[in-house]
Amino acid sequence: MLERLKVLSELYGVSGDERRVRKYIREQVEPMCDEVYTDNMGNLYAHKKGNGKRVMVCAHMDEVGMIVTGILDNGLLAFSAAGLDSRAIISKRVAVGKDDVPGVIGSKAIHLQSEAERKTVLLMKDLNVDIGAKDKEDALKYVKPGDYISFTTKFSDFGEGLFKGKALDDRVGCAILIELLKDTYECDFTAVFTVMEEIGLRGAQAAVYNVKPEVALAIEGTLCNELPENPRRKSVTKLNEGAVISFMDGGSLVPESMLNAIKDTAIQHNIPWQFRQGTSGSNDMGPVHIGLAGCKTGVISVPCRYIHSPVSVASKSDFENVYRLAKAFLRDGRFNEV
Amino acid sequence: MDMQLMQDIVNAYGPSGREQTASDVIRGYIAPYCDELYNDVLGNLIAVKKGTSGKKIMFSAHMDQIGLIVLDIDDKGFLYVAPVGGVSPLLSVAHEVMFQNKTRGVVSYENKHKKLTEISMMEVFIDIGAATREEAEEKVQIGDMAVFVSNFVYMGKRVAHRTQDDRIACAIVAEAMKTMKSDHDIYAVFTVQEEVGTRGAGPAAYVIEPDLNISLDVCSVGDTPESVREHVKLGCGPTVKAKDNSVIVPMSVRTFIKNAAKKHEINVQDEVLRAGGTDTGAIQRTRGGILSGCISIPCRYIHTPVETVDMDDVDAAVKLVLACAEEKELP
Repeated sequence: MLERLKVLSELYGVSGDERRVRKYIREQVEPMCDEVYTDNMGNLYAHKKGNGKRVMVCAHMDEVGMIVTGILDNGLLAFSAAGLDSRAIISKRVAVGKDDVPGVIGSKAIHLQSEAERKTVLLMKDLNVDIGAKDKEDALKYVKPGDYISFTTKFSDFGEGLFKGKALDDRVGCAILIELLKDTYECDFTAVFTVMEEIGLRGAQAAVYNVKPEVALAIEGTLCNELPENPRRKSVTKLNEGAVISFMDGGSLVPESMLNAIKDTAIQHNIPWQFRQGTSGSNDMGPVHIGLAGCKTGVISVPCRYIHSPVSVASKSDFENVYRLAKAFLRDGRFNEV
Repeated sequence: MDMQLMQDIVNAYGPSGREQTASDVIRGYIAPYCDELYNDVLGNLIAVKKGTSGKKIMFSAHMDQIGLIVLDIDDKGFLYVAPVGGVSPLLSVAHEVMFQNKTRGVVSYENKHKKLTEISMMEVFIDIGAATREEAEEKVQIGDMAVFVSNFVYMGKRVAHRTQDDRIACAIVAEAMKTMKSDHDIYAVFTVQEEVGTRGAGPAAYVIEPDLNISLDVCSVGDTPESVREHVKLGCGPTVKAKDNSVIVPMSVRTFIKNAAKKHEINVQDEVLRAGGTDTGAIQRTRGGILSGCISIPCRYIHTPVETVDMDDVDAAVKLVLACAEEKELP
């Protein structure tokens, strides 16, 4: 599962341009499912037919990134971004377009900055991607407006039992969801790898229509603001403290029956777990729980430090525990209790 | 208005997503007056009274209320919270709260670094009288929700309570169900999770597929000293909504409600709500589009501990619901 996560983390897949991720996942899941299909938005569905409830588990394929909005006369690329902090992207290496043209996001050297400039936050509009082009004409040979821009961070082990990489939100979910497809469950099971979560939970709106789930679960990478030392309500989650169980976020409230079913599963199987002790942020369960006639939803997450930046950090044990919890929930037929 | 019904419904515990107690109270009052009564998957309470025309009218009022959710419990037993719906930190402090299991608490804030007017929800906590985390955890768990406790303040025809939004409308629909006469199937729907983004109403309407929805909610007024300019006044009748942030009500629906009011000599006011959305919009955008309008109860001081309505408006709203139900021709 970790090997697969490495591959997934390094694939480029900014919201709206998930094709590389989709292709890889499709190859992985095709042998394990009754049918694998996509919809007009690009969501990938892996269906294991069965009797009983229609259960849908979602992980989103897309990651935060940027898009080229124009090319300046001097060959620099103007871009726009969603879900990114401009302070986090300066001086980062990027890949642009379908040919992965290397670029860097430059800024003025510290020697040349005035006192005032040093205290000013640069906004997206003040930043450009430099691909080494001589001028606009030269740049247009390699890239064009509308091309996606992605960070190039490599995945690697980190400290003791941790790993780092880009797009852990939500490739951790994708890796776990692929692993979950190896098992069989007493329900009509659809794993959905969704698109465009980061720009407004868009793919999931089509997924709920196509699958019509009675119970749905999201596997997510979530906030972990524990550095510097923060009280729990400010850190939201902590690394190495287990699978994260949500009770409420910006998109949905987890019904008591679902919350109890997930919690009891963790306790029964001795799986370390923690609450998601914050309510900001949202995920695919927002549109899913109120799609069509509505359904019962829950969210299980892996804590990821520094999400929505070019690099985040997570723990192998948390990653493993989220997988164990989701699997136990499904294997034990807990979806029948909610 | 049956005052006991109103008090019981308005007082019931039911923050967004945890509406079961409120639902049970409403259910108790309306059960004798409907042919079917059930909670759907999200918890919306749906009461059906059968008609003969083959058409369906839905009357909807949200039964959830704003509240606080416990995020963390510190070593000394204080509970840190996040808002459920549009809760002001300033208006939370110095108030009494109650959990589903009746545990009581009072709200205060970290006063070392900030003045009361500067605080955010991050500095607000609930004191439930516990001395340690362990003692607190015996009564309250992380993820539990509290609501603000309130008494009715009777000021002649005017009545204040923290939860007039929107239980007063639930009480109006429940009261109307007692004497409802209609050729059409009547669906009285008490929706969940309005305060966190009008989430419950759409799925309810999806299943019911009404020919017409009329939501009932409260609306802000402009009749207090130096208030934001608003056309609506307390005591001048329920309103017929033209617009809020979630919806522009079709003219046919507004005319339908106004004609029904005219026939029964009920005074109504036109309403353009400056801020906020309602279930009206969520229902309008369900399936291929549903005709959706809204009758509002003028209310002073919305989302504060003293939401104030006029009982004449409340009684008139009950009549207006009945008048709409009696109409043979739907828009």
